[in-house]
Amino acid sequence: MMELTGLAALYIFLLAAFTGYEVISRVPVILHTPLMSGSNFIHGIVLVGAMVALGLAESTLTKTIGFIGVLLAAMNAVGGFIATDRMLEMFKSSKENKRG
Amino acid sequence: MDKTSLLVAAVYFVAAILFILGLKRMSHPSTARAGITWAGFGMIAATLATFFTPKLGNLDLIIIAIFIGSTIAYISAKRVAMTDMPQMIALYNGMGGGAAAAIAAVYLLEPHVIRPDFRVLATIGAIIGTVSFSGSLIAFAKLQGWMRKAVRFPGQQYLNLVLFIGIIVIGVYISMGHTDLYLIAIFFSMAIIFGVLMTLPIGGADMPVVISLYNALTGLAVGLEGYVLENPAMIIAGTVVGAAGTLLTQLMAKAMNRPISNVLFSSFGASSSGAEDEEVDGSLKPIEADDAGVMMAFANSVIIIPGYGMAVAQAQHKIWEMAKVLRERGVNVKFAIHPVAGRMPGHMNVLLAEAGVPYDIIYDLDEINDEFSKTDVSLVIGANDVVNPVARTNPDSPIYGMPILNADKSQNVIIIKRGKGAGFSGIENALFYQDNARMLYGDGQDMAADLINAIKAF
Repeated sequence: MMELTGLAALYIFLLAAFTGYEVISRVPVILHTPLMSGSNFIHGIVLVGAMVALGLAESTLTKTIGFIGVLLAAMNAVGGFIATDRMLEMFKSSKENKRG
Repeated sequence: MDKTSLLVAAVYFVAAILFILGLKRMSHPSTARAGITWAGFGMIAATLATFFTPKLGNLDLIIIAIFIGSTIAYISAKRVAMTDMPQMIALYNGMGGGAAAAIAAVYLLEPHVIRPDFRVLATIGAIIGTVSFSGSLIAFAKLQGWMRKAVRFPGQQYLNLVLFIGIIVIGVYISMGHTDLYLIAIFFSMAIIFGVLMTLPIGGADMPVVISLYNALTGLAVGLEGYVLENPAMIIAGTVVGAAGTLLTQLMAKAMNRPISNVLFSSFGASSSGAEDEEVDGSLKPIEADDAGVMMAFANSVIIIPGYGMAVAQAQHKIWEMAKVLRERGVNVKFAIHPVAGRMPGHMNVLLAEAGVPYDIIYDLDEINDEFSKTDVSLVIGANDVVNPVARTNPDSPIYGMPILNADKSQNVIIIKRGKGAGFSGIENALFYQDNARMLYGDGQDMAADLINAIKAF
């Protein structure tokens, strides 16, 4: 994909970690569960990695493992999204309720 | 870099931005829904782009796996009740950890595709992902009620330590390039067992912290495998979740006043550990719904403390209806939510939101704890450990030191409870035996309905 040198990799790690910390630190308690669910969905990006891994698998064993990987990753992504969306949907209706 | 690779990389870049912006939007109730939608678009774009990765084989297998996984997850996530959401999050999280471990396994078993200097990252990611996988599954089983007891045996911690050292030793050996099939199989098996053994002794009350921790760990594992694949979207998204999850875990542990090390390495919520078997003085004094209704109808202020029991009884709608009746009578009604009420922080907020309770009458522990002494009636519904005063008074109690809602300090306490059993942690509740406490036995929803009738009668 792209050539990463050790130092650049470290910089990316640091900046991403800092970003995650900052973005979350302003979340009110009421959104903690949806947020955990939301971040759970976001690491569903593991799907693209699992696809690439299965895509280069050659032996039956690695194909099997890769297949399981993609299957699990898809569950993570899809399940995570729907769970989060269902929770946040209720928050929306409650807010409307409050306005009315 | 050819044109297609560049395009794929560009889409990944956009996806990473969408994830971060999405997370940020999720930090406000008004923009939260948009936030998850943005992140969703990022995910779809990244997934579609991945199909254009040069030399991507096994396309048929990839599509079948995505189809099966998505279908199972779609149906289960659509069907699950809101009360069971925490264990579903644990489950989907475990799947992610397993996927990260699977990536590592493929790369370690296809030695020609991995950059040797990244082998160590793949191995670390494999350990973390696998532990998160098996640990999350145990957390799921526990919350689902398939596994009620905290399992503990003598020498468990030593076994864990030996296991952990063994995993590290084999891991180092593997990262040096000894990618023998049997060695890798043993390595992953040990990591799976380690995750199981680590989670088994943890009691239900600590589960939110554990799920949050595994969420962070999965993020980290995904980030590490992202380095192996040299995939910036995975690196950034995984690391962001790793950091965010770590912060969330800290916030939760802080709310319970329990260092994370205690959660993981001490026996909390064990029904076998003895401390909670001690006798509590006094007796349980039952009350009828009519009397309880009168008490609240003529009160100036009522604080409602919901817990997981309310969720199980699906009583949130009836409780809100009751609160509205009280408010029409001029009673000052507030909801007090303990940070770890329910099975996850914010779990009760989700349920009250579902019922339509406005945010501005829902209060955190810190905001409301001083008000209890000025409150006429505290109505506890389905909450137990979070109002147990032994957390303040009894240093021997497993929950000693956990901040609690000071319901015991209000003039009267009414506890709606289905039976006489102890809380999720198995600890006897001293509040129930206090002179100012009355037990209203029955199903949460039925009792709320009875209370509404009783209040309306006056």
